[in-house]
Amino acid sequence: MPTVPDDFLAGIRATLPLLLGLIPFGLVAGVAAVDAGLSPAQAVGLSMVVFAGASQLAAVDLLARDASLAVVVLTAVVINLRMSMYSASIAPYFESLRRRVAALCAFLLTDMSYAIAIAEFTDGDAQSASDDPSETGTTDRRWYYLGAAAFMWFVWQLATVGGVVLGASIPESWGVSFAVPLVFLALLVPELSDRPRTVAALVGGGVAVVGAGWPLNLGLLGGALAGVAAGVVVDGRAPA
Amino acid sequence: MTTTYGPLAIWAVVLVVGALTFAIRYSFIYLLGRVSGVPPRIERALRYVPAAVLAALVAPAMVDPGATVAATLLDDHLLAGVVGAGVAWLTENMFATLVAGMLTLWAVGVVL
Repeated sequence: MPTVPDDFLAGIRATLPLLLGLIPFGLVAGVAAVDAGLSPAQAVGLSMVVFAGASQLAAVDLLARDASLAVVVLTAVVINLRMSMYSASIAPYFESLRRRVAALCAFLLTDMSYAIAIAEFTDGDAQSASDDPSETGTTDRRWYYLGAAAFMWFVWQLATVGGVVLGASIPESWGVSFAVPLVFLALLVPELSDRPRTVAALVGGGVAVVGAGWPLNLGLLGGALAGVAAGVVVDGRAPA
Repeated sequence: MTTTYGPLAIWAVVLVVGALTFAIRYSFIYLLGRVSGVPPRIERALRYVPAAVLAALVAPAMVDPGATVAATLLDDHLLAGVVGAGVAWLTENMFATLVAGMLTLWAVGVVL
């Protein structure tokens, strides 16, 4: 029998190499929220409830420009749509969980928790002949996932609080707001792994630059949708 | 720039974005057994969401079309972005990318 705390701790341990990315990202999320005029409680509330850095930064940026609330929400949702892929991919491993636990696991689903969990789970698939997809030969998946995902949620909140405190004391002349696009850049570069993705990025970025002055701050949304369409078109033309 | 929205509007955004994001995350975990997975055409489109969205977030912060090509290219934010992209490509490390980009921005600001 696998012991529960061991797998929980193993999940936490798996996140450690990622903290070097997660902590500065969370700091930037806190700084950006305060810079945009959110109160400390609102900044931390955003991190606690949404727990999705890229969409938080985009929403805060649009709020700072007084974009319409519909555009703020729609943009954040489009950014988070990718998580439906993770949801579909990881769902078989959560099938045997009770509904409340499955909902908790879903709430904690992020790029990073997905990446950690799916690596461990598919590894386990290869080693284990067990019929129960919630367990592998050595790991209780529920505890492993919860260890990794809950710990990252906790670190995200601490980093946001750190950013809120820092943000109030950093002079604007340092240009720290540029850290936000740099975070996105660090996430973008590894995505450019093939031609359709690269075209999606070029079109998305190009349309967003052209659309920077569009009404309602629709440039970001327009760029995102145009980029996705371009990626699909290029993908369709590529030899199978 | 700071927002002129009041607390009520901000909290509404927090809750609505949070609820919709949760719905996205929970979607297939909830639906499993009722549907067989993401339809292939939608899955194909979703594959390109991160690259398109991230580029749309990055580009306007780094490319500011100026009066001349030289003015556009010799922009401190663009130069910092190019260095940041190089470091991101070499290291795939967010912290290193942040440090390299910010240092370049400050250095170029002193020179230009």
